Amino acid sequence: MLSVKTDNDCHSHSDQKKRDFVSERAKIIPPSGIRRFFDLASQMENVISLGVGEPDYSTPWHICDAAITSIEQGHTAYTSNAGMESLRCELSRFLQDHYQVEYNPVNEMIITTGVSEGLDIVIRAIVNPGDEVLVVDPSYVSYSPCVTMAGGIPVPLPCTEKDRFRLTPDVLMEHITPQSKVLVLNFPNNPTGGVMRREDLEGIADVAIDHDLLILSDEVYAELTYEGKHTATASIEGLWERTVTLSGFSKAFAMTGWRLGYVCAPPEITAATLKIHQYVMLSSPTMSQYAALEALKHGEDAMREMIREYHLRRNLFVDGLNRIGLTCHTPEGAFYAFPSVKGTGLTDYEFAERLITEAGVAVVPGSVFGSGGVGHIRCSYAVSRQELSEAIRRMDEFIRSLP
Amino acid sequence: MDDIDRSLLSLLEEDCTIPLHNLAVMLGCNEEEVAGRKKQLEEDGIIRRYSAVINWEQVDKGAVYAIIELKVAPERDHGYDRIASRISRFANVRSLRLRTGTHDLQLLVTGKSMQEIARFVSEHIAPMERIRETATHIIMKTYKENGVLYVEREDGQRLPFSF
Repeated sequence: MLSVKTDNDCHSHSDQKKRDFVSERAKIIPPSGIRRFFDLASQMENVISLGVGEPDYSTPWHICDAAITSIEQGHTAYTSNAGMESLRCELSRFLQDHYQVEYNPVNEMIITTGVSEGLDIVIRAIVNPGDEVLVVDPSYVSYSPCVTMAGGIPVPLPCTEKDRFRLTPDVLMEHITPQSKVLVLNFPNNPTGGVMRREDLEGIADVAIDHDLLILSDEVYAELTYEGKHTATASIEGLWERTVTLSGFSKAFAMTGWRLGYVCAPPEITAATLKIHQYVMLSSPTMSQYAALEALKHGEDAMREMIREYHLRRNLFVDGLNRIGLTCHTPEGAFYAFPSVKGTGLTDYEFAERLITEAGVAVVPGSVFGSGGVGHIRCSYAVSRQELSEAIRRMDEFIRSLP
Repeated sequence: MDDIDRSLLSLLEEDCTIPLHNLAVMLGCNEEEVAGRKKQLEEDGIIRRYSAVINWEQVDKGAVYAIIELKVAPERDHGYDRIASRISRFANVRSLRLRTGTHDLQLLVTGKSMQEIARFVSEHIAPMERIRETATHIIMKTYKENGVLYVEREDGQRLPFSF
């Protein structure tokens, strides 16, 4: 007979003496600042969520179909640690065609389980305890905790609205110490939508070379660049040999749930990272790799179509925000608008909390992304145009209700 | 015909009720310019008309749709054009195409009943000079029309917050 543990069984052990099993390393990671917003959102009906960090599109069907076919054909075993060779070759071609960066599929690429895994294992492969890692601020929430877990010290680099949320050489220089080793860039930026143009990166390059820094460049939003073309950090003269390019399939191909990304780096860094990858992940999901191969080979039309739509939505939404008095710089990439709420007299947390409870619109307070985000809110426009218009209407009503 | 025209066409094809202001904002030009471009596209016959995609199967339970395929002997100097033009004038012919394959012309025809469609084929189409063969296929169910899904499908769910 199957025995089922009841609450009583569990409680009967509660008197026993027990150590605190949680590691110090885990304890120093701050809890997510947004937990209570999840709870608020789940209690309410008819919420328009602009809090999402992923496309509203389903993965294009031909990509899903390729994965289904791979399963039907029985391709359900591990792949090589670095990922399928055919996928790495196709990816190499894609990066060359789109961004004029050359990576050898044999020893300069690893297919990872999302950029998230890539970020973690690269940081572990390059950071020694006590190394300072300069991180653009505001930025995606994972960089600093990953650095901390690897024993490094994250150092925020403020990117302000007056610089259109770009990193300037001056700000970088001000924060460099003898312990500085790594610079984390994330452009197009989440949450600001800021981008670094070629000339901006060239300014940074001189500083990085002078101070012998390694650049970790998370370019997962590269394809979602609306004015001109994305410039890859590794394509700047003198930077290839000191850059690790991180990216993935999630945003451009609407493949977040497939968990597939990649790390491209000079051979010695790739080799060190691959050792960690092989022990923590072995290989990335095989069916996802087949999907990604299809995406690279035949997914560009669908990708362009989605990007075109994000571009239209951006114009519509940013116009709406500015019209209702939430001043917003024009984000040139990703799918986020990052308006200031300072004029309302509320903090970003207060604004976001009241906006969801009083107006049914969910946004993320900017300070979640670092102190550089204080006084702003992140609004994702990866939602339908109808919902964006309705969100603007509700936000307008909410702002008018404030004293 | 530039990129803005193409974008305008895609937007209108998807939803021709989008207000002029929104079109202008999305395309990054002013309202007069959008109005001008739209008018030009209408005058050039690129925009044929503005209409709604309606699932008549849901409204009119008894309505019948049929695909009719025709083998046609083409005419010297005119090919298929004259007979196609003649067939296209029937109001119940919703679409008409010349195609490759086993048959030449393909029609989508509507009717109130199967009998009505049968009568249309036997009395109007089949007797025409130059029609050598007809094949009528009754449509049983429409799943997708003009890029629009007719079957309800549950959308994937996203977390309300993610980074």
